Amino acid sequence: MPYYTKIDQLVKAAIDNNMTIGELTLKEEAKNSGKSVEECYDRMEKQLIVMEQAINEGIKNTAKSPSGLTGGDAAKLNAYASRKTIGGKIMVNAIAASIAVSEVNANMGRIVAAPTAGSCGIMPGAIISIMNEYNIDRRKAVLALFTASAIGMVISTNATVAGAEGGCQAECGAASAMCAAALVEMFDGTPDQAAEAAALALKNLLGLACDPVAGLVEVPCVKRNGFCATHSIAAADMALAGVKSVIPPDEIVDAMYRIGKEMPSSIKETAMGGLATSPTGRAFAKKILG
Amino acid sequence: MNVFDILGPIMVGPSSSHTAGAARIAFVARQILGEDVRNAHILLHGSFAKTYKGHGTDKALIGGLLGMYPDDDRIRDSFKYAQQRSLDYTFEPTDLGDVHPNTVKLNLEGISGKKIEVTGCSIGGGNIKITNIDNIPVDFSGNNPTLILPHIDRPGVIAAVTKILADKDINIGTMKVFRADKADYSIMVIETDELIYDETIQKLGELDSIIKTMLIRPL
Repeated sequence: MPYYTKIDQLVKAAIDNNMTIGELTLKEEAKNSGKSVEECYDRMEKQLIVMEQAINEGIKNTAKSPSGLTGGDAAKLNAYASRKTIGGKIMVNAIAASIAVSEVNANMGRIVAAPTAGSCGIMPGAIISIMNEYNIDRRKAVLALFTASAIGMVISTNATVAGAEGGCQAECGAASAMCAAALVEMFDGTPDQAAEAAALALKNLLGLACDPVAGLVEVPCVKRNGFCATHSIAAADMALAGVKSVIPPDEIVDAMYRIGKEMPSSIKETAMGGLATSPTGRAFAKKILG
Repeated sequence: MNVFDILGPIMVGPSSSHTAGAARIAFVARQILGEDVRNAHILLHGSFAKTYKGHGTDKALIGGLLGMYPDDDRIRDSFKYAQQRSLDYTFEPTDLGDVHPNTVKLNLEGISGKKIEVTGCSIGGGNIKITNIDNIPVDFSGNNPTLILPHIDRPGVIAAVTKILADKDINIGTMKVFRADKADYSIMVIETDELIYDETIQKLGELDSIIKTMLIRPL
């Protein structure tokens, strides 16, 4: 069991200890694992480094994945980011970085499951591009990954982070919630605001289907990682502005689980519904899998 | 649950169950064999059989057989490395019956001619279970140092084994004994808290009732 099983307990503990959620989670992780704070921190920083390497590899790579379904979009976005864009540099960079990591994943490169391989681009894309854009202290980004993990543990305990169990709301929804909370703490928001950001991000992705073409982690997953990075940034900005979710964070997590249970299995990672069974989806599946 | 169960593992894509887990099963199977693999016939079941090409399950399995960890990005080129190291392999999609959807059976032959058959399944998040060795059902994860000891089923064998471990200050975490109808021997699977060194393995191997010793060192 994680140290805090509800988001409201997590927020209260952070406030009572006069810490951020990230700092509190690092301390608790050290206590529970019997390792030193430095060891736990270093292990997380190693994951941040793997995330950075994946972005650097992905934005350069123009090759297609083994299936031919994805690849090269991060490089296009990276080139586009230096021109005049509608969403601005921050938004386009975050999308490019997230898609870069997801493309690396599709191409059998090295990534960090965050919390899953299917949603592995969201956190690195948003967190690292925001860190670089605003020159945020690296230590804050590492701590923000602990913040994200704390939210993820609550979601995993009370609901699920597996697409096969809860659809994509459980994977990209959880990743966006984790990422939004992390961004708030990188911007010196309060534990309450971090929790609100997670709530807002997850709430807006409730009901999302997991219907990957040919059962591969590519369509719609890769581009969705890019969308979800901007989604997390939006949720974090809303929370920092003082916007609150009407439904409390823990109730949204419960709702996500109930929705996941009610979703038909055809749209829970079985590739038996939705986009996977569209005419084009079927044609690709036949071509790739034989 | 800890922080790194949620954020992590570091792995090669695209799928923790179809790629990272597959690499891990093969990595453990190579350790059970105890030497480099010369020939591998690999039977893929269920979702592994249907999607192995798209998920690179085949490359991950070969990478694991070559001793690559699940986060080794040489896995995507593992077929090339297999050729360099004279590892021949064939894949066969099949139906292994009422088993986990992500199950693989590896028929391995080592460089000394030693043969072994290992079945494992990928149970999610890169975690695995080894379910069968040479037609004897077993059940272990490979997350801890694990001793696998086929032995003649008679009184005193378990006591002799545990005494050797106790003398080396090795604590047993879990211990299971598996017995099959068809084979004339049983298998002891012992997961330990401490690492096990060659000297201990040699001592165990010298016991009359121990047929052979196999050791898995965790990733």
